[in-house]
Amino acid sequence: MTAKIEMNNVVKSFGSKEVLKGINLSIEKGESLVIIGGSGTGKSVTLKCVLGLIKPDSGSIKIDGQEITTLETHEHDILMRQFGMLFQGGALFDSLPVWENVAFGLIHGQKMDKISARTIALKKIKAVGMDESVADLYPAELSGGMQKRISLARAIATTPDVIFFDEPTTGLDPIMADVINNLIRQCVKDLGATAMTITHDMASARKIADKIAMIHDGQIIWSGTVEEMDNTDNLYIEQFIHGRAEGPITNNSDIVA
Amino acid sequence: MTLLLNSCQNIGATLLGFLASIGRVAFFAGQSVGHIFKGPFFVRNLLRQFMDIGYYSLPVVGLTALFTGMVLALQSYTGFSRFNAEGAVAAVVILSITRELAPVLAGLMVAGRVGASIAAEIGTMRVTEQIDALSTLSVNPYKYLIVPRILAGTLMLPILVLIGDLIGVFGGYLVSIHVLDFGVGSYLSQSWDTLETIDVVSGLTKAAVFGFLVSLMGCYHGFNSGRGAQGVGAATTNAVVSSSILILVFNYVITQVFFS
Repeated sequence: MTAKIEMNNVVKSFGSKEVLKGINLSIEKGESLVIIGGSGTGKSVTLKCVLGLIKPDSGSIKIDGQEITTLETHEHDILMRQFGMLFQGGALFDSLPVWENVAFGLIHGQKMDKISARTIALKKIKAVGMDESVADLYPAELSGGMQKRISLARAIATTPDVIFFDEPTTGLDPIMADVINNLIRQCVKDLGATAMTITHDMASARKIADKIAMIHDGQIIWSGTVEEMDNTDNLYIEQFIHGRAEGPITNNSDIVA
Repeated sequence: MTLLLNSCQNIGATLLGFLASIGRVAFFAGQSVGHIFKGPFFVRNLLRQFMDIGYYSLPVVGLTALFTGMVLALQSYTGFSRFNAEGAVAAVVILSITRELAPVLAGLMVAGRVGASIAAEIGTMRVTEQIDALSTLSVNPYKYLIVPRILAGTLMLPILVLIGDLIGVFGGYLVSIHVLDFGVGSYLSQSWDTLETIDVVSGLTKAAVFGFLVSLMGCYHGFNSGRGAQGVGAATTNAVVSSSILILVFNYVITQVFFS
């Protein structure tokens, strides 16, 4: 069986800085993979490569066995229809009311008429635990946690096959973070979707992940289940999950020096 | 010797950087124009830009044209009286306004008003990942954001300039009649006799080009905005400065094409 997402030796540099030094990754259908790693290790770039927002310098990325790095713009737009993405800052369109944000992919991507799109949007707003009365507000009138939930509603509105989460709990209080984690878990289960999350929040990673991969210095240095992660003797993983300032991750770089 | 080499190197690097950015702008322009002719079309966005770029620029352009026309009449009268050529005021006003001043000043005012706001809006969307979000919702950002703005800029500025022509000439007329004591009939007939179609057409052509340049530079700098508030600030400044300079350069080029 072909993997849902497969990355082979993906390399990307910005100027003289090599951010991805050969990423190898595969995610099975219906699996939830969490990529952990410190800031600036290449997590976001990896995610954006799979989304096609950044073109890798070399290597291959396959979705359902289809190579996506060579797609034309309109082919890429079509591929995007099976994707949903929750952005770190929410990335809601501030010129549109909440319900139109949620319905955006339905109206413009799937050409649904506005009335049915609104009905679905209201359902999705409820599904993320919010009241229908927010539908006609503008994103700027919502709190950070509410924006994140609306953004999640937007990501799942088109019932995507694959959902990407970029630091879903960053900037939220611990309770709201857990609410979001539960919602993600539930949405992925309900949709039967494949999920790819990047985070440095270990509580979130444990809750969401079927499988965890650690990225360091532009490469995947470890992957396994949550249980395997807790029992591994990999010093990088150890340092990261316990959040120690001293260890192999910091020794070879200038973070501590 | 090393000093000479270093300065040569710097000049070369600057020149290469300059050429590279011209290439990037040209590529961006090509892509944007390509998307104008292929659907899907976002009509609601286009209409909103017509309002933003066209309708809401009317007061600024109107006031600029009015006072420019008024001061033009006054200046040419006092200047020309030295050669006993006061009679040429009507001709000078109408030619200067339609050929040069209405398009250039309207272009510069719109560059400040619209170019800046386009760059700031799209730049903020870039920084807050809203442009990436468009892509992930299978909407092409060029079609959704860039095309409506460039179309609106290119189509609205000629209309603004046409209105500016009328208001500017009217400003000159007001000053000539009420301050300089010209006769109504002779002033109007002189204005009308002087004006040729090409004067207005060249002005409107300039306006369309300036409108395209202003919206293109706003979109380009916003779309490629750097990170954070500083990035958006720089994008806004660059949009206004580059479109103003391009307006002045293309003003010369178009004048040369039309009148030589």
